[in-house]
Amino acid sequence: MVQNIIDVRNLSKSFDISSKEPGLKGTIKHFFRRQTKSLKVIKDISFEIKKGEIVGFLGANGAGKTTILKMLCGLIYPSEGSILVSGYLPFRRKENFLKNITLIMGQKQQLIWDLPPIESFYLNASIYDLDKFEAKKRIKKLSDMLEIDEELFIPVRKLSLGQRMKSELLAALIHEPNILFLDEPTLGLDINAQRNLRKFLQKYNQETNATICLTSHYMKDITSLCKRVICVHEGAISYDGKLDLLLKKLSPVKEILIVCRSEEDAIKLENSGFTVKNKIKNEITIKIENNSITSSLKNILNNFDIEDLFINEPPIDEVIGKVLMKNDYDI
Amino acid sequence: MNLRKYLKVYKKFLHTSLASELEYKTNILVDLITAILSLVGSIFLLSIFFQNNGYIGGWKFEQALIIQAIYTILNGITNTWFNPNLTEIVKHIREGTLDFVLLKPIDSQFFISLKKINPSGFLEIMIGFLLLLFCIRINQINLNLSFLTLSLITISCSICILYSLWFFISTSTIWFVKTWNAIEVLRSFLYIGRFPLNSFSFSLRIFFSVFIPIAFITTIPSEVFLGLSVLWKILLEFIVATVFLITSRKFWLFALKFYSSASS
Repeated sequence: MVQNIIDVRNLSKSFDISSKEPGLKGTIKHFFRRQTKSLKVIKDISFEIKKGEIVGFLGANGAGKTTILKMLCGLIYPSEGSILVSGYLPFRRKENFLKNITLIMGQKQQLIWDLPPIESFYLNASIYDLDKFEAKKRIKKLSDMLEIDEELFIPVRKLSLGQRMKSELLAALIHEPNILFLDEPTLGLDINAQRNLRKFLQKYNQETNATICLTSHYMKDITSLCKRVICVHEGAISYDGKLDLLLKKLSPVKEILIVCRSEEDAIKLENSGFTVKNKIKNEITIKIENNSITSSLKNILNNFDIEDLFINEPPIDEVIGKVLMKNDYDI
Repeated sequence: MNLRKYLKVYKKFLHTSLASELEYKTNILVDLITAILSLVGSIFLLSIFFQNNGYIGGWKFEQALIIQAIYTILNGITNTWFNPNLTEIVKHIREGTLDFVLLKPIDSQFFISLKKINPSGFLEIMIGFLLLLFCIRINQINLNLSFLTLSLITISCSICILYSLWFFISTSTIWFVKTWNAIEVLRSFLYIGRFPLNSFSFSLRIFFSVFIPIAFITTIPSEVFLGLSVLWKILLEFIVATVFLITSRKFWLFALKFYSSASS
């Protein structure tokens, strides 16, 4: 049985937020008498993550995904509840715990701006107490996996965003952590750079059995990396389970475009009891429920003269978009 | 604490900071010229004060030059270590990059206090030492081991007090977010350290000894150089420095509990 590496129980977090009325009067009032109120951004959440799992955290902006990640890696103190990561209380930030984890943020960087990335790698290696030989070996291994070479010796300020992100990853993984917290790692990257990064993360997970917790607004990141997703809505968990189950639940039907040999066949098909989305001449689009798709297709192929047939998955972004708006999924 | 690891990391800090700064050669040259001009300006200002009767607060011009020399050394240390690192804390907190520091298996106060170095500050330290040697000669100070030890102790205490004051202000960013002005106020108070404490009125002397202990920073080490210091003052400076240093450490650890990181 695979052990839980992350165990979260009844976790809540509140922040004191100050609010300000508009206009000059509001500004003066805000300056002299600041009104603060406690805002509960994470509300009594519980979940476990097993070793080697890749879990995607989904939610709209401000839903609380990043706050959860930051509590998991020990940056923010929880207000209530308990967290155990790799057997440690994260907020104590014990040396052995920190050697086990890493945090990568797509919008923030740790590399030294004026120097080539290789200098930052060796600095990190000394912080993680790696000798020069071991550091060199790990840099070689990771740079091969990330397919970067010459970029290691070019000042960071002169690298493209994609090259910089790869270097950030290398800097964050030089100590070979078992748990990776990734907060929108593909933010701002072009399609190829995004794909390469995903490929790398997949490979890293397979080779090291590292646990990965990921937040991203690019659905491709989630669908290609995560089997399991945790949906966060206004600080609470609205769904925790398999991604494909969620997709089936949110999108129970498939659209099938059928090209008939003649318009008469299309009319016959239109009147045969299927839910028709539209019909243009001999082309007809029908909706079929996922659980009856095989029998329905068999029926159509046997009884109608079909020239061609296309099964369309609903756009994933559209489906996931529903997740960001809802707060309960009973599956 | 693993001393060997910390020395290794500090060596890396030195290497990367020097490499970063040497990317901008002109900047270093400008800093050197600024340091020389600032010293010349300060000595000129001092000479104006001493023009009439040759004494201020019981100090001769040659003696007051020692304070200027110590001030220049301390200002050099400020520019070499405190300015590049401690002002960066404010940026780290505002932009949330303190996250990276806190997640490293190394003491966060060590990391944020010593990561960067500004090599042009070394030039100021050197100028300060040259001026100090000149002062030792013109004041005919007899160098011996106990004198050197006491000088080293008092100057180290001055560095600790200065560091702690600056670190307090920078750490308070965790609550107040912007504290640039407070740092500027501290720097301007430091300018006061260029003059003997006795040259100020009684109330200002109390203020600069008790509330913002600028007096300890330059006057006491200078008194040691001139053989004017009494043991209780040195002991008091040592106690103040220790209390400040320990409190700055406790304050940092306390403040981190309130760190909420910047939103992404």
